[in-house]
Amino acid sequence: MAADRALLERELAGLDALAAALPTKKSLGRRTWDAVWPPAAAAALFLAFWQIVVYTHWRPETVLPSPFTVLDSLKGNLGTLTQASGRTLLRGAKGFAVSIVIGTIVGLAAASSKIVRTAIGSMVTGLQTMPSVAWTPLAIVLFQAGGGDAAKTESAILFVVVLGAAPSVANGLLDGIDNIPPLLLRAGRSLGARGLVSLRHVIMPAALPTFISGLKQAWAFAWRALMGAELIVFSIGTVSLGQQLEASRQLPDFPGLYADMIAVFLVGVVIDKLIFAKIDKTIRRRYGLIDTATS
Amino acid sequence: MTNLALVPESEGGLPPGRLPVASGSDITVRVAGVSKAYGDSRDAVLALDGIDLAVARGEFVCLLGASGCGKSTLLNLVAGLDRAGLGSVEVHGRTGLMFQEAALFPWLTVHKNVELALRLAGVPKRERNERVLQLLDLVHLSAFATKRPHELSGGMRQRVALARTLAQQADVLLMDEPFGALDAMTRDLLHEELERLWLERHFTVLFVTHNVREAVRLGDRVVLLTSRPGRVADTYPIDITRPRRIDSPDVATLAATITDRLREEVARHGR
Ligand SMILES: Nc1ncnc2c1ncn2[C@@H]1O[C@H](COP(=O)(O)OP(=O)(O)OP(=O)(O)O)[C@@H](O)[C@H]1O
Ligand SMILES: [Mg+2]
Repeated sequence: MAADRALLERELAGLDALAAALPTKKSLGRRTWDAVWPPAAAAALFLAFWQIVVYTHWRPETVLPSPFTVLDSLKGNLGTLTQASGRTLLRGAKGFAVSIVIGTIVGLAAASSKIVRTAIGSMVTGLQTMPSVAWTPLAIVLFQAGGGDAAKTESAILFVVVLGAAPSVANGLLDGIDNIPPLLLRAGRSLGARGLVSLRHVIMPAALPTFISGLKQAWAFAWRALMGAELIVFSIGTVSLGQQLEASRQLPDFPGLYADMIAVFLVGVVIDKLIFAKIDKTIRRRYGLIDTATS
Repeated sequence: MTNLALVPESEGGLPPGRLPVASGSDITVRVAGVSKAYGDSRDAVLALDGIDLAVARGEFVCLLGASGCGKSTLLNLVAGLDRAGLGSVEVHGRTGLMFQEAALFPWLTVHKNVELALRLAGVPKRERNERVLQLLDLVHLSAFATKRPHELSGGMRQRVALARTLAQQADVLLMDEPFGALDAMTRDLLHEELERLWLERHFTVLFVTHNVREAVRLGDRVVLLTSRPGRVADTYPIDITRPRRIDSPDVATLAATITDRLREEVARHGR
């Protein structure tokens, strides 16, 4: 009997080993290569296309310089551009952080109360569709930021960024909570999770993947709002990407303008791919939302 | 074999001789005249219609019935997750529901899923880890503690759900086809574990299954439900002495009788 039992348990372990998923892993080098070559190829194609357009003399070379001139300018301005990107990113991060706090509070309030939801639900969506640059003139007036004063400029820009990003945070959270499978909520309730305990252990984690998508979108909105605001609101003695763009146009330094554009593009892509896409993918994988056969 | 004492022995529990059928005052679950309809009044589905059921403390009751006859609905009502339209549901003690689907939290590992149940049941932090290990050992999944639910097979998920339900230390265990996705070997093993725990801890069990032999193997009583609307059709006390084997002749004979009755019940709908 005891021997039977031991045998049975060994068989069972065998069955479970069979039933468990088999992990497969590609080497790091291979994965890096797979991730790098398609965008690199696309960039090369784009540069080639650009050079061809320059050859056709569609526009005079003073306003449409060749990519090589622009890359030279990029190299020359690297210091300023890094500094400008740093300032802009800091503003972005600050605005994004404030948006997360406000958006989360508003999203939770709307999710937990029908009255709040009907009261502000459509307003949040309306705010989301509003082009955030449109807030800039108002921000200048509200914070008296026209004079180039640094603190006032920061406040005005923060205001615009938060109005651009917070609605997406709130909507992402609300969406996430609305789409929790009822079975999980029931499971939580049957385990005795109520109120804040349920929020902490069931609702928030269950809503997380959609919430992260909302954050990703919110960052995109924050980035746009930020650029718009920086083009318009200046302060003396600081450099930022938006300000740099406007300065290159006014100087004029057209290769510099292209270099600034490339910087704006690169910073945007890097943040999105290196931070948000990574977090998003990690969470989805953890939750079993990615088909392992295709990723 | 591990010998578990997952809860301090609650004194005053029933001796292993235990009650044959529900009787008298010591009733843990009483369902009286309960009806439940889904949907709005015009095209509502009447899932349960005036169902009566009383389960004694420490009793192991198996529910049998055709698919869609309202078994899950009944367990949900007893668990307090739904409200009955008519009638009353009375439960003495805490319920723990094991859902028909595993219903594990996908963001938690196997270990954390079980631990959360302990935490929500108020088990202090320092005791939790050891309890989780015991429970995972019980369902033979210790090797998979760090996996997430989506990395497991359906049967393994059911076993985690079983561990999680046991972790709740409920007085009344409501189990909705808990072993439906298991291979026969694993199922037999878990029958033994469940029976042993039940004898040790004196909880009450309401166990839904489609497997008549399983019902006869485990139950003190088998309750047969009719379909649409669900009512109690018949009750079979099981007097076969424990430990029972699912392939013993006694179990097979009684299971055959009940299966015939179930067929009759289903055929009634064909006409
Ligand atoms: N949420 C719901 N909304 C509408 N109808 C429902 C709902 N849940 C169950 N029903 C209906 O109630 C009836 C009983 O369902 P229930 O899930 O209780 O059956 P069951 O006996 O558990 O079936 P099975 O053995 O297949 O699990 C079915 O006809 C089903 O269609
Ligand atoms: Mg069911």
